[in-house]
Amino acid sequence: MMGATRTYMRRRATNYTMIALCGLATLAAVGILLLVLGYTLVHGIAYLNLEFVTQTARPLGEPGGGMRHEIVGTMVLVGLASLLGIPVGLLAGTYLSEFGGRVGSLVRLVADVLTGIPSVVVGIFAYAVLVRPMGTFSALSAAVALAIIMLPVVARTTEEMMKLVPQTYREAALALGIPRWRVIVSVVVPGATVGIVTGSMLAVARIAGETAPLIFTALGNRFGFAGLGEPIAALPLQIWRYAVSPYDSWHQQAWAAAFLLVMLVLVISVLVRWLTASRHG
Amino acid sequence: MVAMERLDRSERAAGHSGPCIVADGLNAWYGHVQALRNISMSILAKRVTAVIGPSGCGKSTFIRCLNRMHEVARGTRVSGKVLLDGEDIYAAGVDPVRVRRRVGMVFQKPNPFPTMTVFDNVAAGLKLNGLRAPGGLGERVERALRQAALWDEVKDKLKQGGAALSGGQQQRLCIARALAVEPEVLLMDEPCSALDPIATARIEDLIRELADRYTIVIVTHNMQQAARVSDMTGFFLMAHDRAGELIEYGETQQVFTNPKDEQTEAYITGRFG
Repeated sequence: MMGATRTYMRRRATNYTMIALCGLATLAAVGILLLVLGYTLVHGIAYLNLEFVTQTARPLGEPGGGMRHEIVGTMVLVGLASLLGIPVGLLAGTYLSEFGGRVGSLVRLVADVLTGIPSVVVGIFAYAVLVRPMGTFSALSAAVALAIIMLPVVARTTEEMMKLVPQTYREAALALGIPRWRVIVSVVVPGATVGIVTGSMLAVARIAGETAPLIFTALGNRFGFAGLGEPIAALPLQIWRYAVSPYDSWHQQAWAAAFLLVMLVLVISVLVRWLTASRHG
Repeated sequence: MVAMERLDRSERAAGHSGPCIVADGLNAWYGHVQALRNISMSILAKRVTAVIGPSGCGKSTFIRCLNRMHEVARGTRVSGKVLLDGEDIYAAGVDPVRVRRRVGMVFQKPNPFPTMTVFDNVAAGLKLNGLRAPGGLGERVERALRQAALWDEVKDKLKQGGAALSGGQQQRLCIARALAVEPEVLLMDEPCSALDPIATARIEDLIRELADRYTIVIVTHNMQQAARVSDMTGFFLMAHDRAGELIEYGETQQVFTNPKDEQTEAYITGRFG
């Protein structure tokens, strides 16, 4: 009896210790996130006002001004990169999940390597194959660089989400005499939509904050959006430029822009999720 | 030769009903492992044929060969012939999609499409094939649900998700889904193994009713079920290399009361399996 009780006590203690450790780790993870968000909020919100969103930058020393060009630029870049990267990623992910045999394994390996490539390298690549031949920095080259960063993320999450759709549904559909492409479009994809959307939003969030590739491609533009073949402004680029500057007023604007960027990503992902949830709930 | 004799015998036994599906020297593999060896079996039109045998004897593989579902899994292979109304479904140039429209299937676990409503589940086979139902989709769905003895229970829930139904209702929904495309043959792979006895009894009644119009092949672990619902019974057993073989095939009455093979007798009397 005593032996059993001691075993029980030891197990109970181990159980509580492990639960406490898990809780602590969760707290640390969530805590860091809250800290980053809170810090950005506290520093950024003070300088954030309507003018900051609607106005363009003023010369140094003149108070006020905003980041309209940068906001528009980031939206154009993220939109265009998504337009390029998400469809290709979706199709690649579909291939990996539903068709890829030996070729698929190779594609999967390449996608995983691509995920691990530093974004600055992707920026240099886009510089070499687009900016140099075109003779100018451009929105297009920046969007292509961002799309390349998105591609493997979207492809691999799409693949994983489609693989989670149980085989029995594919079989049920095939047994009804439905052609394979139609089974994928009408049974597998709807079953994986929520996961695919989440993955795509993660990819959007990731590229919205990318700075390094933009240095080699977008360059920045103080005079507003001038077309896809011209340099373009972007929030992360401006945050970086202002943050490394010696001026207090620019630091403040950088904080506000950082907060705005976080909010932008948040709003986009909440909106898209809400839209898909109401359609596929 | 043995196959032909069997074929003659079963045809005599069933009177005027001719064969609907004839398997002739059918072999099936998963990778290098042979799962079925030299199966020759003549399945009679508008009769219920039960396929019984211990786990792993190739029962499910066999019926999956009858609508070309075996090849859906990677690395699988089939040889031999399966004649559907005299036409070899494994002949070159035969589209498995067209075979499956004529030979429907109900699976072990109820698997209504989770993203679709009850109505859309039943209509799926027609809608996704781009087929038009004479008299309208609604009428066809209602007819299929009535045939599956589910209409009264779900007529007010047509817009709800298929997953909201009980297990037994889900399985009848799957039967309705298969019937809606109006196949000639319905293959059922242990359709009651995930259901309770009451739901099982309903499905069994349903199988008897459907036998007036459809050729049904049912795989079952449950020998009482085979005895209750089927006209013909085939007993499968795996050989020493684990490949499934057809040991005995005949009228259900005869197989259960007066089996010709002593292995069949041993199995149905519960001495193994």
